[in-house]
Amino acid sequence: MPGKALFQKTFTIKKDDFANAGEASVQIKNILKDVGFDSSVIRRVAVASYEAEMNVVMYGGGGNVRLAVNPDNVMLVVEDKGPGIPDVDQAMQEGFSTATDEMREMGFGAGMGLPNIKRNSDDLKIITSPDSGTRLEICIRSSVSGTEEN
Amino acid sequence: MKLEKIKELLQAEELTSGIDLNLEIASARASDLMSDVLSSSHAGDLLLTGLVNAQAVRTANVVDMKVIIFVRDKAPAADTIQLAEQWNIHLLATKKSMLEACGLLWAALY
Ligand SMILES: Nc1ncnc2c1ncn2[C@@H]1O[C@H](COP(=O)(O)OP(=O)(O)OP(=O)(O)O)[C@@H](O)[C@H]1O
Ligand SMILES: [Mg+2]
Repeated sequence: MPGKALFQKTFTIKKDDFANAGEASVQIKNILKDVGFDSSVIRRVAVASYEAEMNVVMYGGGGNVRLAVNPDNVMLVVEDKGPGIPDVDQAMQEGFSTATDEMREMGFGAGMGLPNIKRNSDDLKIITSPDSGTRLEICIRSSVSGTEEN
Repeated sequence: MKLEKIKELLQAEELTSGIDLNLEIASARASDLMSDVLSSSHAGDLLLTGLVNAQAVRTANVVDMKVIIFVRDKAPAADTIQLAEQWNIHLLATKKSMLEACGLLWAALY
């Protein structure tokens, strides 16, 4: 993977910035549209990116998302320096959430974000610890070569 | 079904300018939780929600939903309306409750 990306860009995600949260995902979506990906790939990347971005805003204390368009996949690497996820298996369960009342009022806390990311990705790695924060590596195969998707 | 018919049915009011009432609406989704909206593989054309912040509009953008109807007569702030206009997402508001709006829409659509 290193070096061969056709396109790469890093976006900053600000802590607790609900007014602009999700903006990186909107930009990522526009880039993929311009490149000419088919709409199902764009949709899967956009959903995964948006969910990851919202988690960084709400729990990660800010961070960044790196988009890499490779010849046969789209990679999203989402990083924060927050408290980490204590129990990843639990966090991956549909409905598990530690969202505050305030976050719920903003429309979050269904406990569906990480499951949505998993569902929309072909490969998902979660590297997390209390010292170094959380890093999501999301790989979505693009159908440029005409292979199946979903 | 045309958006015009849905607007009539819910006695909804237009919040954004340039709404295309001829838009064809085949399916809808109702929720106040955005990840719930994003969890289905087909999000539909229309979102019914009580959530009036910018995230409702961003969520619609992420899955290419064209129309949001806010229930319980809630209206978003001006900058949220602006965001929707920029992305050509049509916003409307109805005085009806979520339950009533869902009932009417379900009966009409399905
Ligand atoms: N980057 C992160 N840093 C620390 N904890 C996280 C992070 N991302 C997720 N979590 C934890 O995992 C839980 C589940 O995350 P998930 O995205 O599935 O649901 P949610 O954010 O609570 O609700 P939703 O995404 O449906 O709005 C969160 O409530 C939080 O406790
Ligand atoms: Mg989440």
